[in-house]
Amino acid sequence: MSQNNLQLFSADTFAATEAEAQRLAIANDADPREADLSGISVVELHFPKFSDGRAFSQAFLLRRRLGFTGQIRATGDVLIDQLVQMQRSGFSQAVLRADQNLAHGEALLKHYPAFYQGDAVHTAPHFAAAA
Amino acid sequence: MYQYSDFDRQFVHLRAAQYRDQLTRWQAGTLGDDEFKPLRLQNGWYVQRFAPMLRVAVPYGEISSPQLRVLATIARDFDHKEENDVSKSNAGLSEVPTLPDRCGHFTTRQNVQYNWIPLSRSADVMDLLASVGLHGIQTSGNCIRNITTDALAGIAVDEVADPRPFAEILRQWSTLHPEFAFLPRKFKVAITGAREDRAATPWHDVGLRLLRDVDGELGFQVRVGGGMGRTPIIGSVIREFLPWNQILNYLEAVVRAYNRFGRRDNIYKARIKILVKAEGQAFTDQVEAEYRDILEKDGAPHTISQAELDRVSAFFVPPQLNCDRKSADAKIAHILKAAAEDDLEFSRWLQQNVKPHQNPDLRAVTLSFKRFGQAPGDATAEQLERAAELAERFSAGEARVTHEQNLLLPWVRCDQLPELWREARRLGLAKPNIGLLTDMIACPGGDFCDLANARSLPLAQAILGRYKDLDELHDLGEIDLHISGCINSCGHHHSGHIGILGVDKDGQEWYQVTLGGSDGTRLSGDATPGKVIGPSFAASEVPDVIEALLDTYRAQRTGNETFVNTLHRTGADPFKTAANAVRTSTARAAA
Repeated sequence: MSQNNLQLFSADTFAATEAEAQRLAIANDADPREADLSGISVVELHFPKFSDGRAFSQAFLLRRRLGFTGQIRATGDVLIDQLVQMQRSGFSQAVLRADQNLAHGEALLKHYPAFYQGDAVHTAPHFAAAA
Repeated sequence: MYQYSDFDRQFVHLRAAQYRDQLTRWQAGTLGDDEFKPLRLQNGWYVQRFAPMLRVAVPYGEISSPQLRVLATIARDFDHKEENDVSKSNAGLSEVPTLPDRCGHFTTRQNVQYNWIPLSRSADVMDLLASVGLHGIQTSGNCIRNITTDALAGIAVDEVADPRPFAEILRQWSTLHPEFAFLPRKFKVAITGAREDRAATPWHDVGLRLLRDVDGELGFQVRVGGGMGRTPIIGSVIREFLPWNQILNYLEAVVRAYNRFGRRDNIYKARIKILVKAEGQAFTDQVEAEYRDILEKDGAPHTISQAELDRVSAFFVPPQLNCDRKSADAKIAHILKAAAEDDLEFSRWLQQNVKPHQNPDLRAVTLSFKRFGQAPGDATAEQLERAAELAERFSAGEARVTHEQNLLLPWVRCDQLPELWREARRLGLAKPNIGLLTDMIACPGGDFCDLANARSLPLAQAILGRYKDLDELHDLGEIDLHISGCINSCGHHHSGHIGILGVDKDGQEWYQVTLGGSDGTRLSGDATPGKVIGPSFAASEVPDVIEALLDTYRAQRTGNETFVNTLHRTGADPFKTAANAVRTSTARAAA
């Protein structure tokens, strides 16, 4: 799980470094496959509520289906207890809600050494990887 | 039974540790109530009227004796009423001292629930469960829930293929799936591998049926969009035949479509059934297009290899048991001759509670947890302990939680039937009522549940009390009586031949009665919701209404006709007339 580690930022100190023209925010109800990604280095996917899981599927489609290699950034109601799902769905950056404990988030990301099913990062399921 | 590998075991322990961390942060105030809620739900902790309810996952219902013993320990040491604040008003409901505690409860989804464990002890319970590979992963919350199946899986004589290896593979695939942890709503999958559907698959978000095509290849018929609740819908077949090795890839497409397009603005319209109904063919097209992309663009990563199916199937090889059937017959005959009373009860038990088996030397025996004085599906710590012993002595250490809220012993030798019967009878678990009226399905109802409009348990007791006479029960024959305390339908009232639904009017308990519902078995006909027979009844009227319905059946039936067949033949009118005739308080209210 060393590759593609999720970079964590705190909302109150986060400042985007990319030019605005390189950043694209995709709405939760949009199909990322219809987005024009030319020249885009960062895609932002928003969590209106942490319990709204649409952005996980969007990240998967971007990373796995489209092979997007830029940053996929989680914004909005981003909590440390959902970071593992974000990393596995293809997010590479997460801007944590201001009240979140970033250090604890880093620790939680390392909690499970492996999972059953394949994901956007480790595409093979455990049974195939272990075979 | 599936045996956990080091990987599986470590996974469950890590989950328990993760939960303890979450609980600790919540207790310290650094994790808010709203943020903690879905985390505890996805570990089985659902807060009810007085205390949290814990739902322990029993994957596809299979449970071992050591696991049953841990469930008994939890019932005895943790399920304590007095550790909770029971001073809250319970106006109009049962007195708190009468509510059961120190027991587990078998659910229609083959899980086990507790009603009284305080959250402060929840992490300790998770550790205890993890010691025998049990957990509460995804037993609540908006995620893929426990995969359920036929309680006779792997032993049914009408089986096309054993669904358990697939249920286990699905369990693994759905466990902590990163993309599908926050779906619009809960998501339930059921699999059957037999000709008779004993898993109510058309009533599930996804219902899978194993079958063979014309070339003898194994595959699944895939239904999507079934569900109960306030909008009962029977799932639609969106694939007549899917090769078995593609099931994970296909379900990924189904759940992704649901995650992306399912409604999130209204909790009552968020189940996949609403999406499937609204979109119709467009939903199927979306799933098929996504499935093609998974195959062609993603490289079909979750194709199940033959090696993996073989590896998992090896855990489900039947225990090597056999017996001398001549001696078995002799023993059974001996009991049948022993005493007139035994004779009748034992032969009824053989008829109702003992099912044939793929191995002619073996039988499947259901222990009945439907008896007067205890809530349907409740098992005390002592009963759980004894059930563990029975499973060990008579069933290769394995039992199954059934959809009808009983416990089934799948590997019983014919020659041990008399001995098992005596033991089970001593424990009060040999009531020969399986499939009969009093083998009812009931939710915990308003006594425990915040959502319920009315109680289920007093009604269940009234029926259990009124229909104690075994002659009468057997004469009434096979009847599905299902009781839900509210429209969320945990007691499956929609699929009962007689369905009872608690409704709320002016803060009083009222009950709507439906007739002719079906879970999809041959006895009941194609899965369908029952039809309401008229205005709701007062609680005090309901037992009389049920009696009137049953009396109507007895008056109307011809020959060996079952309740549901008589109903289909005569229509509901004679039943409605009889039910309305027993109105007392509701008649006064209407006058």
